[in-house]
Amino acid sequence: MEKPLYKDIGFHLCVIAGLVVMFGAPRYFDIFEVYTYISYVVLAIYALSLAYIWGFGGILSFGQSAFFGLGGYTFAVASINMGTTGFPFLLAFAIPALFGAAVGYFMFYGRLSDVYMGVVTLVVALILFKLINHTAGPEYSIGSARLGGFNGIPSIPTLALPGVYGGVELLDPGQMFTVYMGILLIVYVGLRLLLASDFGRVSVSVRENEMRSSLLGYDVRRHKVIVFALGAGIAGMAGAMWATYQTFIDPNAFSLERSAQALIWVMAGGVGTLIGPILGAVGLQWLSITLGEMQLINNLVLLGVILIFLVLILPKGIVPSIRMWSLDLFTVMRRQREGLDPRTGEAPPPASSSQPAE
Amino acid sequence: MDFAVIVFVEMLRAVAWLVLLAGGLSIIFGMMRVINIAHGEFLMLGGYTVVISSQQGVPLWIGILILAPIVVGLFGILVERLIIQWLYGRMIDSLLATWGLSLLMIGGITMIFGNTTEGVSAPLGAIGVGETYSIAVYNFVIIGCAALFLVGIYAVLKYTRWGLIARSVMQNPGMAQALGVNATFVYMATFGLGSALTGLAGGLLAPLTGVVPSMGVNFIGQAFITVVTGGAAVVAGTLSSAAALGTISQAVTFGAGPVYGDAALLVAALILLRILPQGITGRIFTRSI
Repeated sequence: MEKPLYKDIGFHLCVIAGLVVMFGAPRYFDIFEVYTYISYVVLAIYALSLAYIWGFGGILSFGQSAFFGLGGYTFAVASINMGTTGFPFLLAFAIPALFGAAVGYFMFYGRLSDVYMGVVTLVVALILFKLINHTAGPEYSIGSARLGGFNGIPSIPTLALPGVYGGVELLDPGQMFTVYMGILLIVYVGLRLLLASDFGRVSVSVRENEMRSSLLGYDVRRHKVIVFALGAGIAGMAGAMWATYQTFIDPNAFSLERSAQALIWVMAGGVGTLIGPILGAVGLQWLSITLGEMQLINNLVLLGVILIFLVLILPKGIVPSIRMWSLDLFTVMRRQREGLDPRTGEAPPPASSSQPAE
Repeated sequence: MDFAVIVFVEMLRAVAWLVLLAGGLSIIFGMMRVINIAHGEFLMLGGYTVVISSQQGVPLWIGILILAPIVVGLFGILVERLIIQWLYGRMIDSLLATWGLSLLMIGGITMIFGNTTEGVSAPLGAIGVGETYSIAVYNFVIIGCAALFLVGIYAVLKYTRWGLIARSVMQNPGMAQALGVNATFVYMATFGLGSALTGLAGGLLAPLTGVVPSMGVNFIGQAFITVVTGGAAVVAGTLSSAAALGTISQAVTFGAGPVYGDAALLVAALILLRILPQGITGRIFTRSI
């Protein structure tokens, strides 16, 4: 039996660290830096969406950017038309989630295998990318919002959530950072609670063994559709935050590169953890911005090399590897203290002059 | 009547184009269960080979039919040795690694040749049909190449010793190895062959669209969907799914424009996969090659 969530020290440490960053960073760093850090927060939420469906639902989505972009465009169109941002923000969660449920219905009720699923999600993102790129003419507008094709949608309103700072727009980067960090914390804690619930345990069991879970009476297909839709909704929310942070969105939100980023962050941080992908997103995004400023090397080359390296050398990801190494280290230290063989954990052989042959 | 001829040739060209586009991928996928996400970038490499060689004064047809397949084939063998060979049986990992390769290739080519479209002029002109229409002769080259490819692969797999060995490795690599087949070499050669064919398709593409580092994205969707819808059989799968999807998407293209044609291709494939989750050859023509 796993220990309950409220006894998990790591979870509490993560939340406390998050709260410290949430209120500390706007005071400590200057405005320009804080403004850059907001992008890390948004992308961390995006990484969480894939970390959840891949790491805990066993669903590998190669087209997570489809939902990211859909959320961004939903928010842009709705907020320009309605003039408010609170309700469009909810829509940016709901519409990608519904779309995810529809795609999920085709994939899971069709019982597609892993690889076919990956290809279908990839192609869905590609087609959306192409369709949105095609909408340049004035005839493609929804209400008063022109979709703008490859030019994107400019002047998207900045987020103003009712009840937060009196419902005014978050023009100050410090406030924006605090609110966004708060959303990240809510998503993280929410996912942890969900995973500790009955529902979360069933999704992990589905990941581990689909056949056995369905024989135990769980509806695997419906379960996967719900997990996939939830991940899609979170990705859509991240897309909306991205759109309102930049006050602009263009079809690159749907691009393959966006999908690849999420995969790389989750792989780097570790599949099957939530904190790992957050660290992966922040760390690698920082790396690629820093290297991009130096103009040394093309960003795509870097991403590609990292991805190949991770698959070949470190397929488990950073956080699980560190966890494993520290466990190993702990075991070795304990064995040494007890006078056992550090490698095998066996009692040392009786004193003899020669090493036993291996 | 003239219009009917045009529509027929265009449909045939769409099907042939899907066959060429997906052929290399389906060889690699059907034999090795590896999906090469960098497929679009292999096409791009073939296109660049043609454009660069024709800028250096090499005749266009030598560039398309000889240089592009050789360059991309050798590159494929290199990739197989460096990356793919460690990932057999780990389908998801090989997808991720080849995705990394695809990003690496886009970035690398951008660094070398810059992010601009380069092109060669399309050869062969057009012939008139009736009084108002004309068809580019190049269309017939594409149709011919696709037909040659299908017949060639079928003949090799069915009637040669090498084909027999390849099929045995496809079916049961362990048993084939126990009987003295060098499976490692067969895998390497297969990957090289699939890459070479992709290079040829990229070379044929260069005069039509020009080349730019990010061009691969425009084609991998179609290529994947064709392979996945076709299922594991190389010839029958590619041909049947290309015929179904090419006809549908070309019909929609005539009615509503190329972007909706692409979307129709996806929707048709989704519905087909909902009905036949293992692809067309997973249910029908199951014993074909």
